[in-house]
Amino acid sequence: MIEKNLVIIGGGPAGLAAAVAAVDEGERDILILERDAVLGGILNQCIHNGFGLHTFKEELTGPEYSARYVRQVEERKIEAKLDTMVIDLSKERVVTAINETDGLIQIQAKAVILAMGCRERPRGALNIPGARPAGIFSAGTAQRFVNIEGYMPGREIVILGSGDIGLIMARRLTLEGAKVRMVCEIMPYSGGLKRNIVQCLDDYGIPLRLSHTVTKIHGKDRVEGVSVAAVDENRLPIPGTEEFVPCDTLLLSVGLIPENELSRKAGVAISQKTQGAVVDESLETSVPGIFAAGNVLHVHDLVDHVSTEAELAGKNAVRFIRGLDKGPAVVMVETGFGVRYTVPSTIHPAAATSITTIRFRTDNVYKDAYLTVLLDGERVQHLKKRILTPGEMEEVLIPAKWLLTRPGLQKITIRVDKE
Amino acid sequence: MHDILIIGAGVIGASVARALSAYAAKTIVIEKNHDVCEETSKANSGIVHAGYDAHPGTNKAHYNLRGSRMMAAFCREHQIPYRNNGSLVLGFAEEDLPKLEALRDQGTKNGVEGLVILSAAEAKRLEPNLNGEVKFALLAPTGGIVDPFELTIAQAEVAAINGVEFAFDTKVESIRPIAGGYRVSTTRGVYEAKVVVNCAGVRADELNNMVSSRKLSITPRKGEYCLFDKQVGALVDHTIFQLPTQYGKGVLVTPTAEGNLLIGPTAVDIEDKEDVSTTAEGLAEVVRKAKRSVLAVPTGFVITAFAGLRATERGGDFVIGEAPDAPGFYNAAGIESPGLTSAPAIGDDLAAQIAQALRLTIKTTPMRKRPPVVRFEPLSFEDKAAAIRRDPAYGKIVCRCELVTAAEILDAIRRPLGATTVDGIKRRTRAGSGRCQGGFCSPRVMHLLAGELGLDPLAIAKYDKQSTILVGFDKDDL
Repeated sequence: MIEKNLVIIGGGPAGLAAAVAAVDEGERDILILERDAVLGGILNQCIHNGFGLHTFKEELTGPEYSARYVRQVEERKIEAKLDTMVIDLSKERVVTAINETDGLIQIQAKAVILAMGCRERPRGALNIPGARPAGIFSAGTAQRFVNIEGYMPGREIVILGSGDIGLIMARRLTLEGAKVRMVCEIMPYSGGLKRNIVQCLDDYGIPLRLSHTVTKIHGKDRVEGVSVAAVDENRLPIPGTEEFVPCDTLLLSVGLIPENELSRKAGVAISQKTQGAVVDESLETSVPGIFAAGNVLHVHDLVDHVSTEAELAGKNAVRFIRGLDKGPAVVMVETGFGVRYTVPSTIHPAAATSITTIRFRTDNVYKDAYLTVLLDGERVQHLKKRILTPGEMEEVLIPAKWLLTRPGLQKITIRVDKE
Repeated sequence: MHDILIIGAGVIGASVARALSAYAAKTIVIEKNHDVCEETSKANSGIVHAGYDAHPGTNKAHYNLRGSRMMAAFCREHQIPYRNNGSLVLGFAEEDLPKLEALRDQGTKNGVEGLVILSAAEAKRLEPNLNGEVKFALLAPTGGIVDPFELTIAQAEVAAINGVEFAFDTKVESIRPIAGGYRVSTTRGVYEAKVVVNCAGVRADELNNMVSSRKLSITPRKGEYCLFDKQVGALVDHTIFQLPTQYGKGVLVTPTAEGNLLIGPTAVDIEDKEDVSTTAEGLAEVVRKAKRSVLAVPTGFVITAFAGLRATERGGDFVIGEAPDAPGFYNAAGIESPGLTSAPAIGDDLAAQIAQALRLTIKTTPMRKRPPVVRFEPLSFEDKAAAIRRDPAYGKIVCRCELVTAAEILDAIRRPLGATTVDGIKRRTRAGSGRCQGGFCSPRVMHLLAGELGLDPLAIAKYDKQSTILVGFDKDDL
């Protein structure tokens, strides 16, 4: 058994930022385990720009953004095993991994950071009826084919779901010579960023059909078309609105799911809402010494936020290794009206940094509403927002003094108020 | 001229070929699809039925019982995933009790052992997630589950390594009697054989009717299913049936031999023998009916849906043996449920009948076994480490959901009758059959296939030559 102070599972943006922050906090004994042949994770196939506006104050492509972190990792001489798959994690923080050169290895870690990212929801999760021909791809798989391998998955394309990868792929496929017929979104609003709708659809004249879904897939060997129908407020197809749209490819961009199979093996409590770990202010999970950050914790819109979140996990993992005591007091973070989830879901006032960022998503679109924060029922923030939408992650900042000046504080409530 | 020509490489054709490969004979299997196990054999419940459903004296009753009794040893011998999990038939009202008793008595008459009727409390003790409305249950301890892909593939491999030829993409166009046999014209040439074995699934009637005046009539009866993530694979341990109807055994809830949860099938008679599309109504019906059996159906964990066609013959029974007015033409027709269970026994019987007719002799050399199938995921840590030491390709995970390694995928391509398509890999290794449904591994699988087969990834198909996955290079059309 190998011994390591800190093992980071995943060498994507979260894992890299966590590793850099851990070194800068003074920890030297770190190992990153990455299943791909290179570091960088999914950013390597995100060749569009728009990354890094918050972190680096400039617009980078995905590979450029990850390269900056890879360089920092290399400068700090952080050890990384590539082509290495973690196949087991125990609550005692024993990490079991395999690769072709080392075979099966087991590492006893003092702390572990989960940074495995997320995966795409497949067709089956939607149960779209019809045939099962070639030509059905998740948007990220198509992105890999086009951007990494140089292959086109199809010529005439319908995209179901307006998640960011789907929007980005609508533009990419158009630029590479395909005809994107439409993007269908079952909800009355897009799940993607506004800027992506403008820059990836509107600029190319690709129609976005809100409150529409694919009701059937046609074709025996290859997709020959899809039936598209409008849906009612219960998201059920409205009879008579169905139309046949010829295409040879259906791309699915219907949601991302944090990849927590390993976390479950370690007994980490998983939130039903985020499908990620339940964490406190230091991003520590229900299992002591196991931390989580990035899309494995909750799906983010911006990689910049992944990086800052992961830095926090990196620092706190080092504090854990050094035996930091968070104290007995715990404040619950309660989701009030309009708020689907929060990360974190608890805060230890004694361990909180000067500002604790609570990230969350709303459960619907709210226009000209207020974001309200209550401390045991006392309103301490009432902030007018022009628009709140599930497609854009929100945050509230909790100053430490709010917590420290209120001994015995039980809960922080975050909610949307209409006035 | 071949001694024997088998039409169809589904589980029945593979069983007949496997059994015939023990004899000194020149045997060929022709199959219209690109691989074995492409139609009904790949889309069914994967159940080893105990044998209480069929009426005593029918072929279904006879072969079901024999198949059920031989399945455990057969699967052990041929490295096929199988589990004797037992089955329950649920009754929901007082008037269901006599129906369950009748089923029990019928099963006992068929020779099924251990059938017993349980109270609701006893059934609940076995299966805590049963619906509270359950009043009684018939327990069939001999029921089981089997991997239908492997039951087919394993037998085809055994046949191939023991000398049976296979010709794929070969569709029968006509069959004519000639002196001492039959001439079978196909899309890829003409074959002559002393004996023809019709294992053509939903099309077995059409082939029989080319040579026999005893006309068969097969109606495809569609069954739709939902398959769930392994995370909820332990919702039930037994296979849970409801009381059968005239259309079949109703909607079941079962673990699969691979550890998923499966619900289905519907039963709708259709006309098109190629229509395996799922429907919104069908999938809704499956979920609705499954809810009668269990407390809750975890619909959030569905990973795929599929449909298969049962080959329902007008007479209601399996049609097995030589056509009365076509000497040398053998049928295995109307093979619907319990066809999967019955397959090895049907294969044994038809081979024995044909061997007698052709005076075939058993080969003097022992039968060769299929090469070992190594599944990495279920191995212990020690065995995993040893596997990677033996072959580093076991250290390379290709399918993250099912933990399938590059070594397993390469083996699936290199085996006898090896995989040539992405679906072929999926059925042999489970790569792509997990919760992300190939989103992660399909590009990697395509590269392994292309590398091994000496093809460009553009030529790699989902399941046949027409179903290629990629259409060209970036900017080709600009």
